[in-house]
Amino acid sequence: MLEGEDRARFEATVLPHLDAAFNLARWLLRNRTDAEDVTQDAVFRAFRAFGTYRSGNARAWLLQIVRNTCFTWLRQNRMAAEFMEFDETTMPQESQNPEMLAMAGSDREQLTRALESLPESFREILVLRELEGCSYKEIAEITSRPIGTVMSALARARAQLRNSLSQPESKEARRAV
Amino acid sequence: MPCDQAQDQLHGYLDGELDALSAANFEKHLETCPDCKQTLAAEEALHQSIQKANLYERAPDSLRKSLLGNPQQLPAVRSFPASRVSPWRWLAVAAVLLFAVSIGWLELRTTRGPSESQLMAASLVDAHLRSLQPGHLTDVESTDQHTVKPWFDGRIDFAPPVRDFANDGFPLLGGRLDVAGGKTVAALVYARRKHIINVFVEKAQPESYWNGAGEAQGYHWLAWQENGFSFCAVSDVASPDLAQLKQLILTQ
Repeated sequence: MLEGEDRARFEATVLPHLDAAFNLARWLLRNRTDAEDVTQDAVFRAFRAFGTYRSGNARAWLLQIVRNTCFTWLRQNRMAAEFMEFDETTMPQESQNPEMLAMAGSDREQLTRALESLPESFREILVLRELEGCSYKEIAEITSRPIGTVMSALARARAQLRNSLSQPESKEARRAV
Repeated sequence: MPCDQAQDQLHGYLDGELDALSAANFEKHLETCPDCKQTLAAEEALHQSIQKANLYERAPDSLRKSLLGNPQQLPAVRSFPASRVSPWRWLAVAAVLLFAVSIGWLELRTTRGPSESQLMAASLVDAHLRSLQPGHLTDVESTDQHTVKPWFDGRIDFAPPVRDFANDGFPLLGGRLDVAGGKTVAALVYARRKHIINVFVEKAQPESYWNGAGEAQGYHWLAWQENGFSFCAVSDVASPDLAQLKQLILTQ
């Protein structure tokens, strides 16, 4: 039962990682609106499971719940999504923070597109490492993979990213997701 | 070192995840392998452009508001129905518990509790967490060191060194007073990409525990002494970033 003190403890230990949770969901789902819903759902799940969290790495604990919630969501929505073509009209680039856009211009657009064209597992590990700054140990914990495989998985993901950056206009690459 | 092995290690090297021996071996290999040297440069360039592109997207305020400061929004937690267990089973459970507790007690007697440095770090990580709650980050919000530094005058009995490192990727966001270990300390707030770094400063004590580095609750901390001050930087950024900020503060 989470009451009073535990609830405050949840707000103090888990909710500070809300940005990390949202950022991971946004990149896994490639969409801010869905990411908002799924992050909220993941935080509710985390809250219900908080009884099982004692101490340790709260960020990794929350991110693990977020990625599992995302993958469940993706599985449920994949059927529906397969009927839709992935292009700019059905999937607008929803990075609508004008300040960010102004700051980074076309590099940002290009990288966003390249990153979004990668398979989920590659996108996930790149976001955790490059954007979230997670250690290999944390990545292993969040993605439930042996720590010994993190380095080679990152090597493959980075190679793919460079590959898709070198052919940004290839529609094939984008559909191959 | 054969080259295909080095190609994977290159990433561990780039991410600062190799142990000292492997890193030294890799560097030795680099000297003789132009291919790896070139790949490393390309990977570094990619890393830089990702960092510069500002891809991190923070949670929208609407989401934050719906979760924070409004605990009613969080659903009630299911309570589990009490199980029916016969009394003799409870006796068995009690025996097991007694055994476990005595083992634990023996363990406790032989192992030391958390060190003073760890306790210090835990209290500063708590202060860092508090500062991330809405409206708690800064008492004086300014990117101008000449505004932040004088703000501390009269509020605290020392003048913490304040500098903006925006040109090096660590813009100053402001300052604040905080309490750690029962004492008032100065907190300087820096940004690193989309992350927040708190640098806590206090007058160096003769036996200060602000030393070392570590990790607590998913946050990194790095503490050191310099010029009669104790510093401790706390953040969720990777530890090399904290080390870089330490260097900037040391050479200011």
